[in-house]
Amino acid sequence: MNILVCIKQVPDMESRFKVAASGTWFEESDLAWRINEYDEFAVEQAVKLKEQLGDADLTVLSIGPARVKEALKKALAMGCERAVNIVDPAAAEKDSFQIASSIAAFAKDKSFDVIFTGMQSQDRGSGQVGVLVAELLGIPVLTTAVEFEYTDGSITVRRELEGGLRAAVKASTPALVTCQLGLNTPRYPTLPNIMKAKKKELLEIPIGELLKDEARLTTLALAYPEKKGSALVLEGEIGELVDKVIGILKEKTSVL
Amino acid sequence: MKALLVGEYREGKLLEPTYELVGFAQKLGCEFELFLVGTEAALPQVNAKLYLADVATVGEYNPALHKQLILDAVDKANADTVVFLHSSSGWDLAPRVALALGAAQLSEVVEIKGDGYLLPACNAKLRRTVKAATGKSVITLQAGAFMPAEQSGAPQVEKLTTSTPAQSEFLGYEQAEAGQVDLGKAEIIVSAGRGVGKPENVAMIQALAEALGGEYGASRPVVDAGWAPHDRQVGTTGQVVSPKLYVACGISGAIQHLAGMKKSEFILAINTDKDAPIGEVADVLVVADIKQFAPALTAKLAG
Repeated sequence: MNILVCIKQVPDMESRFKVAASGTWFEESDLAWRINEYDEFAVEQAVKLKEQLGDADLTVLSIGPARVKEALKKALAMGCERAVNIVDPAAAEKDSFQIASSIAAFAKDKSFDVIFTGMQSQDRGSGQVGVLVAELLGIPVLTTAVEFEYTDGSITVRRELEGGLRAAVKASTPALVTCQLGLNTPRYPTLPNIMKAKKKELLEIPIGELLKDEARLTTLALAYPEKKGSALVLEGEIGELVDKVIGILKEKTSVL
Repeated sequence: MKALLVGEYREGKLLEPTYELVGFAQKLGCEFELFLVGTEAALPQVNAKLYLADVATVGEYNPALHKQLILDAVDKANADTVVFLHSSSGWDLAPRVALALGAAQLSEVVEIKGDGYLLPACNAKLRRTVKAATGKSVITLQAGAFMPAEQSGAPQVEKLTTSTPAQSEFLGYEQAEAGQVDLGKAEIIVSAGRGVGKPENVAMIQALAEALGGEYGASRPVVDAGWAPHDRQVGTTGQVVSPKLYVACGISGAIQHLAGMKKSEFILAINTDKDAPIGEVADVLVVADIKQFAPALTAKLAG
């Protein structure tokens, strides 16, 4: 079986973001970068499937500048066989459609049986790329998977819906699955696997070889949310804060 | 501008957020028609044209068929904009429809901004203003971002059918876990977020909830990590709550969590980050480490 997992490298979401001089994206220097959280679940599920089958080939792909190789190396250390970096220093300016069509252009003649992606990225959160890749390739897509099962050319997932409800859905391979948080427990790469990963193949393809489409979306501005100014902010010593909070709860609520 | 609004239906019921789509179209001041895979027994109460596909033949989750039916409705309505909710159904269908229409997709719109829209970025820490560069566009709306329209009137129904083959098979619904606790009925909820640091510290949140005479809840990362059971989860994929007092402990305020608790009467947030998005909905934001603040507050309440 031929498996592909697509990952994105995103900044640590706890970072303090600054709007870049372009005014349309954030300043990328001084940020700590990691694998998009949803994509870690995708990598883990891809590795688990490879382990289940024994005979499987697993490629990890990421679009972005040279720094994304760090994310690819982690995926290799988690168990992927080879990595592909679609090299694009301006990936942050591409829209979801352009990212998806680049991935589909790479995948179209490679007969992947199962493709995994995260259900969304933490920075853009558009939730479009996985579905678009599948549609461009003409294969079924099962989104928001919180459980995954593969038997004899058929995939069954549990999709997460609203309010604690799930839906069980089945499709035949080739198919794409987008992964939701909680699908599995992503493994930590062990030291021997980190060492082995250094010897694995890491292919570079310039974005220009794959991307032929114009953006469908224009970003006009990036800014901090307007402060609605509703919250009373309390700072200081713990004992004083506790007294103030009890005072406020007595005055403003009926619970104390 | 003319919009086609894609309503939602599940297990015999029209889903209430369908009226948020109508509220959005009214706020935008555009012409609109609706689309629904459902039944005549559960139609939206709206004075507008409704394209209805029968759920019994199309299925509740059958995206290849839903896509084709929506495309037919877009054609009939001569719509240039298709609007979905940013939900498990909306984010599954919207990109399929956008691709087929050659349209841009704007995901999780929270506000209308000039001739563009505002979308959250980086866990709601930032906002992007975006605009479609295409003639047609597909939009998904963040849950709760737009006021639902009043429920009145009756639609003029036009039925649609399709013979498109399915790509996947829907096997049925399952309740994730049988819930022991109904947070929807609790008057006081104290919720633990990732900021509590480790599983043992959830007990500290539970103790504070008890001292206040309420129940404890949790954010998604805490539940996913197995520190609290699923029936304690507050948010779009857990329970939607509206207690008299909601205490958010070490919760930064991911959109999905805010959507589940922002209707609480009084919100007290405790966070080390003064700029955390939870501050946008909180009445009081205490800038402190929850691991110090919670035991101190519990002790004072007990004393």
